[in-house]
Amino acid sequence: MKKILVVCGNGLGTSLMMEMAVKDVVKKISLDADVDHEDLSSASSSQADIWVAAKDVATQLQEMGKENIISLTNIFDKVAIEEQLTNILKG
Amino acid sequence: MVNFFEFMLGLLKEPALMVGLIAFIGLVAQKADASSVLKGTIKTVMGFLILGFGAGALVGALNNFAVVFTEAFGVSGVIPNNEAIVAIAQEAFGYEMALIMFFAFVVNIVLARVTPLKYIFLTGHHTMFMSMLVAVILSTADITGIALVALGSGIVGSLMVIMPAIGQKYTEKVMGTDQLAIGHFSTFSYLIAGYVGSKFGDTSKSTEHINVPKSLMFLRDTPVAIAVTMGVFFLLSSIFAGGEFVEGVSNGQNWVVFTFIQSLTFAGGVYIVLQGVKMLIAEIVPAFKGISDKLVPGAKPALDCPMVFPMAPNAVLIGFISSFAAGLVAMGIQGAFGWTIIVAGVVPHFFVGGASGVYGNATGGLRGAVLGAFTQGLCISFLPMLLLPVLGGLGLEATTFADFDFGVVGLLLGWMVL
Repeated sequence: MKKILVVCGNGLGTSLMMEMAVKDVVKKISLDADVDHEDLSSASSSQADIWVAAKDVATQLQEMGKENIISLTNIFDKVAIEEQLTNILKG
Repeated sequence: MVNFFEFMLGLLKEPALMVGLIAFIGLVAQKADASSVLKGTIKTVMGFLILGFGAGALVGALNNFAVVFTEAFGVSGVIPNNEAIVAIAQEAFGYEMALIMFFAFVVNIVLARVTPLKYIFLTGHHTMFMSMLVAVILSTADITGIALVALGSGIVGSLMVIMPAIGQKYTEKVMGTDQLAIGHFSTFSYLIAGYVGSKFGDTSKSTEHINVPKSLMFLRDTPVAIAVTMGVFFLLSSIFAGGEFVEGVSNGQNWVVFTFIQSLTFAGGVYIVLQGVKMLIAEIVPAFKGISDKLVPGAKPALDCPMVFPMAPNAVLIGFISSFAAGLVAMGIQGAFGWTIIVAGVVPHFFVGGASGVYGNATGGLRGAVLGAFTQGLCISFLPMLLLPVLGGLGLEATTFADFDFGVVGLLLGWMVL
């Protein structure tokens, strides 16, 4: 099972919205995954297999040394989520 | 039987259980399995309780800051912070807030279904904050019971479709699509930024064509941003108030140490509240979306303001700096006139100022971003000051609602009912 963490500045609004979109995609491609969301501050000490964030936050995740980051320009873009997710899963 | 009835009523009078019930209904309506229902309901109730813990942590630091600030500058200082004011207000108005919030979701779905305003407002924490604001003002006006819930949820639910609709003209320009809307009660900030940009801007030079130092991006980290601003303003206040005075407040603890520990305590308290809000809405919002997806064909999601950040990352930083500068100017004006000073917070200026920068850039390039964010920065520094008198006893706290729409709605509603 994959652990997917969706991140935004406060961990309140944007990340929850992205989480809903990610969950739809996960369901669609029948991936066994646990999807959760949190704030950038907590993310630095969290562990996950795959990270999801808007483009600007994704850069900061990268600076924290996180790997397998899905970076989104449109936070509700399920096509982009699916494309990047399948790319990461292919390794 | 009567006892059982009273027991049930007593249960629902407890606001934490009331929000738990909302999550429970949402999860059951979504046909979630038993374990998810249990887990979701428990987390929602805990989220509400955590708000109270956070309030307990931040109130002491906030009051110390207020005492030192007043001694230093001879006027009161108020920190606009939605999380802090809602956490403080939940003790007295949590029950009213929970009821208004629940029925506001229902009103939103009904309006999106029957009117052309097909927006579903997914920024749950802003629905919560607006419900709290309305609950406070209606309660202050002695409106209670069914009237309070009906009127309150009617107002909040209507705002959930009207505000995204008002912003849509400019949001479409920013996002390049009509399928997403802004669902953040700073709509007037974005409108003003968009308007100022379109009138006084120059689209030939975009913010994205210049180099902006990215080092300021650490301010996205909310607890850090709050700690830094609070630290700076508290230290300035302590210096002006004098170490001796501060050590009177701190019961002898060294004034510099006290200043920093109190600043970090406030930031830590806000962080706790954020976690509480996160848990409180994490189950309710997806349930709301799931139900609205079924009931409102062609619904357009109205999303939180960082939605626009990836469209113009430079504009976010430029908008933040410009908006924050406006906040500092406003503090000077307020001080000069002896008014209550609204302490310029990095967090509201970063999120709202930053998003305003993106709107200003979309309609008027670099100049639009600077002027648009600055103009709304002035507005969000004066509105909270005007809002304080309509909040009743809550207006005496050293913190208040931050965003533009809260100011406008609060003032209009206050003038109407008080």
